[in-house]
Amino acid sequence: MPAKLHVDKLLDDPATKVIVCCGSGGVGKTTTAAALAARAAERGRRTVVLTIDPARRLAQSLGLRELDNTPRQVAVEGFDTEDRLHAMMLDMRRTFDDMVLAHAGPDRAEQILSNPFYQTISSSFSGTQEYMAMEKLGQLAADGSWDLIVVDTPPSRSALDFLDAPQRLSTVLDGRIIRLLSAPARAGGRGLLKLVGAGFGLFTKAISTIIGGQLLADASAFVQAFDSMFGGFRERAQKTYQLLRSPGTAFLVVAAPEPDALREASYFVERLAAESMPLAGLVLNRTHPVLAKLPAGKALAAAEELDRANESPLAAGVLRLHADRVAVATREQRLLARFTKAHPSVAVTGVPALAEDVHDLAGLREIGRRLAGE
Amino acid sequence: MRPPRLGVVTTPIVGWTEELTRARLHVVTGKGGTGKTTVAAALAIALATGGRRVLLVEVEERQGIAQLFDRAPLPYAEERIASAPGGGELRALAVDADAAFMEYLAMFYNLGFAGRTLRRMGAIEFVTTLAPGLRDVLQTGKVKECVGRTDDAGRHMYDHVVLDAPPTGRVVKFLDVTKAVQDVAKVGPIKGQSEGVVRLLHSGDTAVHLVTLLEEMPVRETLDAVAELDGADLRPGAVFVNRVRPARLANRSVSAAAGGRVDADRLRAGLTTAGLALAEDEFQGLVEETVEHAVRVRAEQRARELLAEADLPAVELPDLVDGVDVGALYELAETLVDQGVR
Repeated sequence: MPAKLHVDKLLDDPATKVIVCCGSGGVGKTTTAAALAARAAERGRRTVVLTIDPARRLAQSLGLRELDNTPRQVAVEGFDTEDRLHAMMLDMRRTFDDMVLAHAGPDRAEQILSNPFYQTISSSFSGTQEYMAMEKLGQLAADGSWDLIVVDTPPSRSALDFLDAPQRLSTVLDGRIIRLLSAPARAGGRGLLKLVGAGFGLFTKAISTIIGGQLLADASAFVQAFDSMFGGFRERAQKTYQLLRSPGTAFLVVAAPEPDALREASYFVERLAAESMPLAGLVLNRTHPVLAKLPAGKALAAAEELDRANESPLAAGVLRLHADRVAVATREQRLLARFTKAHPSVAVTGVPALAEDVHDLAGLREIGRRLAGE
Repeated sequence: MRPPRLGVVTTPIVGWTEELTRARLHVVTGKGGTGKTTVAAALAIALATGGRRVLLVEVEERQGIAQLFDRAPLPYAEERIASAPGGGELRALAVDADAAFMEYLAMFYNLGFAGRTLRRMGAIEFVTTLAPGLRDVLQTGKVKECVGRTDDAGRHMYDHVVLDAPPTGRVVKFLDVTKAVQDVAKVGPIKGQSEGVVRLLHSGDTAVHLVTLLEEMPVRETLDAVAELDGADLRPGAVFVNRVRPARLANRSVSAAAGGRVDADRLRAGLTTAGLALAEDEFQGLVEETVEHAVRVRAEQRARELLAEADLPAVELPDLVDGVDVGALYELAETLVDQGVR
């Protein structure tokens, strides 16, 4: 049996400042983050939940029509936390714009913001969302007005993207390659040029044929304008990275009892350990624990007997659905046991599935109770 | 005796249509977590049944096919991974965008050693960042090449190609090559190549299938995706309702139990008849399980009704409690063949 993850202890501990919910897509990260935040607020902590999901599911479940780029107080009738629960949704484009405005002079900022390449990078590069989530987390933490910040992570196919994507964006922005592409002769690495040799000119030519010289020129102008503020960017990202490694942060890996989701969870647990990031435990969503001890074989035999005697279809149906449930629970336990074998020290809390999707606060509170094992 | 009528809404399941049998490229998409890759693999086996050759392609660099078939990661090459009943053959390809890009460049330029070095430096990632649509164009381009390839006798190399595509949220952007190319290449070889891709994707040779579960969110995403596909003039194919679980109660018991009303006396009497004397807490546990089951069945009924709005042919796949291994894929494929997939 894995150690039990005590969610209330984690939420109540004043030393817990940041909770990051990670996991692969479709495992219920957003719902988990919102439920944790609501529960923390009810238990007396001034809490903000930062969500990044473009489907705006959190907005729906918190009864909000719209979440903009700043924390909004969650005011739902019958939910009494005074003013302790706030929620926001990341607007990555606006976060990026704000960063540029804060770091570049007005003229230069204007130049960057209107560059077509900037518009591509700030709205559709696959690492931007993660980078901006980190930036926003950094801002919220620096703000100092929160007891607890709960962060949902972008809906990527891999949980690791959250840690890897900012580095990817850095590589693009730091401009080494763009300098090579736009003006190879002036690029810093002469050794590199020698290595790449004549093929390089061909490559540049091929690229500009394919994507057009204009795009390349835009990119080059962007990188030049961006260069002066890049140090500031990197410094901020570094600071947030340190925040993630600090003892006030708790990572919760969220998974569903499915092989793919648990495999992702495994990778993530290993990665956190490698980066010395503090893991609080695994949230196993949507489990189906058995509620009556009756063995499946016995239930099925009894159901068949009832069918043969043409008696009580209700009881026969109930016995069959119980046997189905035992089979599902057995499989889920087997999958969890496999995970625990590989990661014996990771504490786990199972969240029994609700029969229907959560889309209101009552549902979130119920999830919160289940998270806490009530 | 006849089994009691179970709580299943009998939405007419249209099954595989004549129109779908004419498609040669089957694009499979769905919300994350609905079992897209599993369905794509089962569909590929079903289509290969009876002696045909089918190629299963993935594009997300996830190695989902290799995991499903329990083998080492696939290289960027078409490899035989399984056989299908009746002498069919299944091959698989994991399209790696970087490799496709280098392959593409090599068709026009001889980069030699520089190509590999640039790749290591992340130059390709950089270029695909400059022009995000490029990655999609290269991948769909590779798929098109596989669909169109012929042998010496002029016959198609593959009878069908099944594409495990990006999830519903991204699939239209992925397939809408016209738009991507407008943004990327105004001239040059990419433009010429992509015109062929556009023709294929918008023709009757291509069907875009949607995988869903009987839950509200995936069904809503399916409906959104259908509208989006229609808007982009891409052809939705069939809906694959995945992981369908058996309903164990009669319809009227479902409505009562979903409202929290389980006839305890009748249930207890039935259990006693079957020779089961349960302790009170165990009995209450059974009642609670019954209520949860009924609420779920009712939610599934609503999901079915909602799904009917899509007005598409539908096929169903059962939930496999023991999980999906290679053997299970063949079972799923058989279910598909039984529903007319060919």
